[in-house]
Amino acid sequence: MSSTPIKKVTGKGVFVPGDDIDTDRIIPARFMKCITFDGLGEYLFHDVRKTESGEDKKHNLNDSRFAGASILVSGNNFGCGSSREHAPQSILRAGYDAVIAGSFAEIFFGNSTNLGVVCVIASDADREIIASAIETHPELEITIDVENHKISYGDQSVPCEIKPGARDSLLSGNYDPLDELLVGADEVSKTAGALPYMQA
Amino acid sequence: MSKSLFEKVWDAHAVRQLVNGQTQLLIGTHLIHEVTSPQAFGMLRDRDLKVQYPHRTFATVDHIVPTNESVEPYSDPLAQGMIEELRNNCADNNVTFFDTNTGKQGVVHIVGPEQGITQPGTTIACGDSHTATHGAFGAIAFGIGTSQVRDVLATQTIALNELKVRRINVNGTLPPGVYAKDVILHIIRLLGTQGGTGYAYEYAGTTFDKFTMEERMTVCNMSIEGGARVGYVNPDETTFEYLKGRPYSPKGAAWDAAVDQWKSFASDTNCTFDDVVDIDASHIQPTVTWGITPGQGVGIEESIPAISDAPTQSERDSVAEALEYMQFEGGSPIKGKKIDVAFIGSCTNGRLSDFQEVAKYVKGHKVAEGVQAIIVPGSQVVAKIAEDLGLDKIFIEAGFEWRAAGCSMCLAMNPDKLVGDQLCASSSNRNFKGRQGSPTGRTMLMSPIMVAAAAVTGQVSDARDVFGFASAEV
Repeated sequence: MSSTPIKKVTGKGVFVPGDDIDTDRIIPARFMKCITFDGLGEYLFHDVRKTESGEDKKHNLNDSRFAGASILVSGNNFGCGSSREHAPQSILRAGYDAVIAGSFAEIFFGNSTNLGVVCVIASDADREIIASAIETHPELEITIDVENHKISYGDQSVPCEIKPGARDSLLSGNYDPLDELLVGADEVSKTAGALPYMQA
Repeated sequence: MSKSLFEKVWDAHAVRQLVNGQTQLLIGTHLIHEVTSPQAFGMLRDRDLKVQYPHRTFATVDHIVPTNESVEPYSDPLAQGMIEELRNNCADNNVTFFDTNTGKQGVVHIVGPEQGITQPGTTIACGDSHTATHGAFGAIAFGIGTSQVRDVLATQTIALNELKVRRINVNGTLPPGVYAKDVILHIIRLLGTQGGTGYAYEYAGTTFDKFTMEERMTVCNMSIEGGARVGYVNPDETTFEYLKGRPYSPKGAAWDAAVDQWKSFASDTNCTFDDVVDIDASHIQPTVTWGITPGQGVGIEESIPAISDAPTQSERDSVAEALEYMQFEGGSPIKGKKIDVAFIGSCTNGRLSDFQEVAKYVKGHKVAEGVQAIIVPGSQVVAKIAEDLGLDKIFIEAGFEWRAAGCSMCLAMNPDKLVGDQLCASSSNRNFKGRQGSPTGRTMLMSPIMVAAAAVTGQVSDARDVFGFASAEV
């Protein structure tokens, strides 16, 4: 099903500091005992936000100044670890449309793009600038311009990178590949037919 | 033109190019489990789509299965709901399910190889990042998300970008007491947790030539911990010997034809790689992680790094964060850290040879007071053989708990969890914050023998000292 093209994402930002934010941190495995993705947003970054007794920790994600943010800003190797789509699903369902990081783990990046969660790469220096702008002016709207590789806020802007394939998919609204894959059914059966182990 | 195994298998499975430049890749073998498949079946139902090649999908249940409770309904109604959902989805769609009553259930990455489903020159996908395990057979195996599980069910394909290939040569003989687990922990320490992003890792060299299939699986299993979505070893006689006679292996004339074809997939001797790394096996030490990523490891003789040792501010921040979480002092020896729990099992080290090796050394030792030590077979098949060999009795005699097959304490989606800030010596694959079920629980990754040494001494120890490797036959 072709979706609405995603050319720009605009919203308030929140900074989640740290490199190697892994998928267990994004959504701890104990909240994955479910057969649908509904309700996962509630558990996004659960252990980062809550103490063991369930009280809010001091963290940007609990800070009312950043309430309603829809763009996450974080460090390098974001989303490393598990292939669980529960991670981008929980990000999406908690109301986030995009992640700005120094780099992304590959499976997380693919899973996110398939869902239309925009993942862009910005340098350490530029992310620091954005993080400090968010800290000083939490109400500031950030815009990720997918088409022009640019992140702007107020009257400032910094460059960002996005993989060409993912960029094309977002811009055309074809980031969920299922329809296109279904169209190839005849060619799939031809490829399968040439492989002995595929025979029933 | 000479090609790597990755390129040959990719070419044989590439269906066509998609509009965004990605490849529609045929996935010959699809493995599913209860955590990442139910939503995919739901998406199929929503769109009124069918499973296109049901005979190429195989299911088992592993993450949520209790290892100390065999009768359903399980005490956890959520776990019970998940196993029933998988059972129904498999029955409704004619998918083979290695259920708990088949004697074949177990961790998906252990079941596939032992049933002979995992074969050289094939593409494999599973909604689990440790799918690279199957690369040990010369398959190209991808961990995928649930939307891609849906894509495989509906089309037997996924959309992918081709990967670069990094050849990692490990040559020479491993010192006594150094295992495949140490090799992969060493590689990740060397190349980093994101060094493999965009790459498939081809593991080669004389060390891998001599490795058994189970050792190769241990290394390939943790490729993703180094950022590589795919890791593999070229198929050889060791591979064919392992597969011969397994339930799903080709039989008779088909076997000979298959072996000929499998051989043809191996990387050509003169092919070029995007990157090559050479490692001397004799330099690898028993390796233990001290931090919160699998790359934060040191040799057992070394000390934990101090914050000031790290060259950049972001690395200093990472070390500081890890030390704080682990409650360790920078610069202190890794040896001697007191442990609370010892866990031997998982898709990394839950195979028969892991248990045979541990049994050989723990005989005559006792688990230290105050330490809970559990051993969890990776599958019902492994459990049965281990019990027939009497290994379970050796473990129980030494004070370990011998459990039923499952993922257990690797990720704590079942009752096996750390409590509070317990420190666990673990043969599993991830030491992330909270990974083993308690938000403050602490994990140190190491080989099964090193876990056993920690279990019997109550602290992180050099297994070679504890078990007298110098004199033992290895």
